[in-house]
Amino acid sequence: MTEATLRVESLQTHFFTKAGIVKAVDDVSFSVARGKILGLVGESGSGKTVTGFSIMGLVDPPGRIVGGRILFNGQDIVGLSEDRIREIRGNRIAMIFQDPMMTLNPVLKVETQMVEAIRAHADIDRLTARNRARDALGQVGIPSPEERLDAYPHQFSGGMRQRVAIAIALLNKPDLIVADEPTTALDVTIQGQILYEIQKLARETKTALIWITHDLSVVASLADEICVMYAGRIVERGSVDEVLDRPAHPYTAGLIGSVPSRNAKGTPLVQIPGVMPSLLNLPSGCAFRQRCARADDACAAAAPEPVGARRQVRCIHPLTEVA
Amino acid sequence: MAGASAIPAVETPFRRFVDDFCESRMAVTALCVFAIIFIAAILCPLLSPQNPYDLRQLDIMDGKLPPGTPSSADFVFWLGSDGQGRDMISAILYGLRTSFMVAVTSGVLAAFVGTTVGLVAAYYGGRVDMILMRMVDIKLAFPAILIALVLLAVLGQGTGKIVLALVIIQYAYYARTVRASALVERRKEYVEAAHCLALPKSRILFRHILPNCLPPLIVVATIQIANAIALEATLSFLGVGLPITEPSLGLLIANGFQFILSGVYWISFFPGFALLVTIVSINLVGDHLRDVLNPRLQK
Amino acid sequence: MTVFIIRRLMQSAFVLLIMSLLVFFGVYAIGDPVEIFIAADADQIERERAMQALGLDQPIWAQYGFFLLNAMRGDLGRSFVFNIPSIELILQRLPATLELAACAVTLSVLVGIPLGMYAGYRPQSRIAKAIMATSIAGFSLPTFWVGLMLILVFAVQLGWLPSTGRGQLGEFLGIHSSLFTLDGLAHLLLPAFNLALFNISLVIRLTRAGMRENMPMDYVKFARAKGLTQRRVVFVHVLKNIMIPVVTVIGLEIGQVIAFAVVTETIFAWPGMGKLIIDSINRLDRPVIVAYLLITVVMFIVINLVVDILYSILDPRVRLADAGH
Repeated sequence: MTEATLRVESLQTHFFTKAGIVKAVDDVSFSVARGKILGLVGESGSGKTVTGFSIMGLVDPPGRIVGGRILFNGQDIVGLSEDRIREIRGNRIAMIFQDPMMTLNPVLKVETQMVEAIRAHADIDRLTARNRARDALGQVGIPSPEERLDAYPHQFSGGMRQRVAIAIALLNKPDLIVADEPTTALDVTIQGQILYEIQKLARETKTALIWITHDLSVVASLADEICVMYAGRIVERGSVDEVLDRPAHPYTAGLIGSVPSRNAKGTPLVQIPGVMPSLLNLPSGCAFRQRCARADDACAAAAPEPVGARRQVRCIHPLTEVA
Repeated sequence: MAGASAIPAVETPFRRFVDDFCESRMAVTALCVFAIIFIAAILCPLLSPQNPYDLRQLDIMDGKLPPGTPSSADFVFWLGSDGQGRDMISAILYGLRTSFMVAVTSGVLAAFVGTTVGLVAAYYGGRVDMILMRMVDIKLAFPAILIALVLLAVLGQGTGKIVLALVIIQYAYYARTVRASALVERRKEYVEAAHCLALPKSRILFRHILPNCLPPLIVVATIQIANAIALEATLSFLGVGLPITEPSLGLLIANGFQFILSGVYWISFFPGFALLVTIVSINLVGDHLRDVLNPRLQK
Repeated sequence: MTVFIIRRLMQSAFVLLIMSLLVFFGVYAIGDPVEIFIAADADQIERERAMQALGLDQPIWAQYGFFLLNAMRGDLGRSFVFNIPSIELILQRLPATLELAACAVTLSVLVGIPLGMYAGYRPQSRIAKAIMATSIAGFSLPTFWVGLMLILVFAVQLGWLPSTGRGQLGEFLGIHSSLFTLDGLAHLLLPAFNLALFNISLVIRLTRAGMRENMPMDYVKFARAKGLTQRRVVFVHVLKNIMIPVVTVIGLEIGQVIAFAVVTETIFAWPGMGKLIIDSINRLDRPVIVAYLLITVVMFIVINLVVDILYSILDPRVRLADAGH
């Protein structure tokens, strides 16, 4: 097996708030190879966005990475100096955010926001940078990119703005893109277009992609591998087919069951009862046990350790045995 | 705040307001300081060792004495004396009384005029609203001090005239505030219900809409009272406000101004300091009132 | 953009017309114009000649027209005290006031924005808290008293700076100003700071609020995710967003500063038009008061216009929304 573009090992990111320590990311491990797409799935508050920010080195106080390693092309980027991580950020690792209405600066031209991203990492004159920006806009399917460079973000529709954000992420031909729910805020038809666009670009450029989402159906069509996060931990991990066809963790099964589908028309949707516990006071043992039909006293005793190697599950009573 | 609203059945809105207000130690301290100053100013004839504006009680030989010097009468000038031999403490207390009198009178009148204008504009809407609010806008486009200067230049000096000028300056703030909240209230269902009962317009306006405009009005009133005190002092200092026969902090500071170059600081310093403490305490109370009464901050 | 400016110009002309009406009726209906424009010690013949010259024997609407015409020609009567046209008198004093006001506004921006940015960037730090406490004091301190205290400390006790007048004027590009000599600068420092104090506090609070509002925004995080330096994120991305409300408020405050120059000029014996108006009020020199009023009104309208245009240049959203109409 070739060296993964990104390998996250036992990452722990905690927030030290007045009310106590919030373990937003707690012992998370996964890896993405070149040209592969990893789907990071979970409810809001499960720690998937914080995982993305940890990779970018953008965790702000009171948050802090307290343990684990993030190996990017073999190099541990946790604890690098701000200058060193800045060289990687936006250059080798890029990020796309959820709400395209909020990610672009409203008072700066698109050109300014693209050119600065190029010139932050390469000693290039303005005109060359502008030409590269224009090509990137064309690449993501924005019509008449030359003129659009001089426009302000509010002159674009939501979908077009997200394309601009994607173009910015692609500018420096990164090895890894972290996409944090980039289609959630868009209309369904636009969502499809953007998904297609990103998938195509990732395959063409051999960029590794981490796709953060709460929507299983999106990753089903897009990803090679899936990590399911719950309360700051990865509870199940494996290839898309394995996880979706034979879920091992009751939570994953619940997620799959609660996606409406035509085949199951007429039968009531399966729900996961209850809500995710507050990260401030997690129950003892398995964090999911209070919502789990299979839970027993053993689940309360100790937090389950991950079982398996590539295909992995954190459960004492998995639905299917994992090798 | 969340804890207080958890048991809404037991407490009245006023009770909750008091509880919320007392949460800030700074605001409570400021309120106490203000209360002490206010009461001392009202009771100034009882508290001060002399009546500083009764010329028979003054001795010119006592003039410009530094703080702590005994007077020719049987008391001590703890804060010194001014050029005419006035005890500074007494003069400050009498001056504060004038300040409060002017500020409160003009505040009450301005609140009355402004509230009426705001309510009428909001209730009748259309052309009435447009004309009244355009007047308010034009007034607000010009600095208060400029309007005061012009009015006093036309009207001349005097306590009544400065009150009139302050009312003309301040009514606009009340009008705008009341109109804004009345417009919100007007659309609510209880007003429609009152209409359905065929209650007279004036009753709907004053008994139903007005009470709901009170919180923002109280906040504006605190700030405007502080502004009025500062403005009155400034105008008196410039010699266009109160006539020299009236006790006034502004005039006192202006008198001290002529001696300041010779190092006689106390005539200007202490009245200004009293003014500062008064204004700061009102502003702190007002700042906190705004937080407590702001419905957007309440759960 | 042109359409926008033309429309704003027309609005300004309309406001100016309304203000001239207000001033006219303020002077003519409330006060007695004969008393306002003619010296009290003038004899009967002089009075009649003056009344005719001012058109006071005409009906009221004709008088208003006359007043407008005279105002446009720059004739608002002669000062009783100086016996020169009042407009000329005001215009002589105007540069000193503008110089003082410009310095005060510049000072409030130069001091207020960095302090406000720091206070918003590190809101929990002790320095930030000290900055905010000072700004509350700056809001509450009566300007005239601060002026006196500045004189007391820096002129009387320490003897570092002069306390009265404009000092020696220098000439640069045909402009006479205290800014061009050291002596002039020394004279300018205290009054400019005195006048700026309130606005420094205001700018600190505005900038801090803007910082705190903008720093947690997604666009900041996205800019950082692009690998920009923190310096570029704060001083280009965030600052440009903060500048919109700050410039608007500062622009509108210029009017306040010019009005409040009355107080500062009186204290520091600064020979501007603010001191002139106080002297004129005390001497009942009414033509000067009327001229001051009209000139300030015109100045305010011009300032409002400039602020509006500046605002639209700064905020692309406003500019384009307007062009779309």
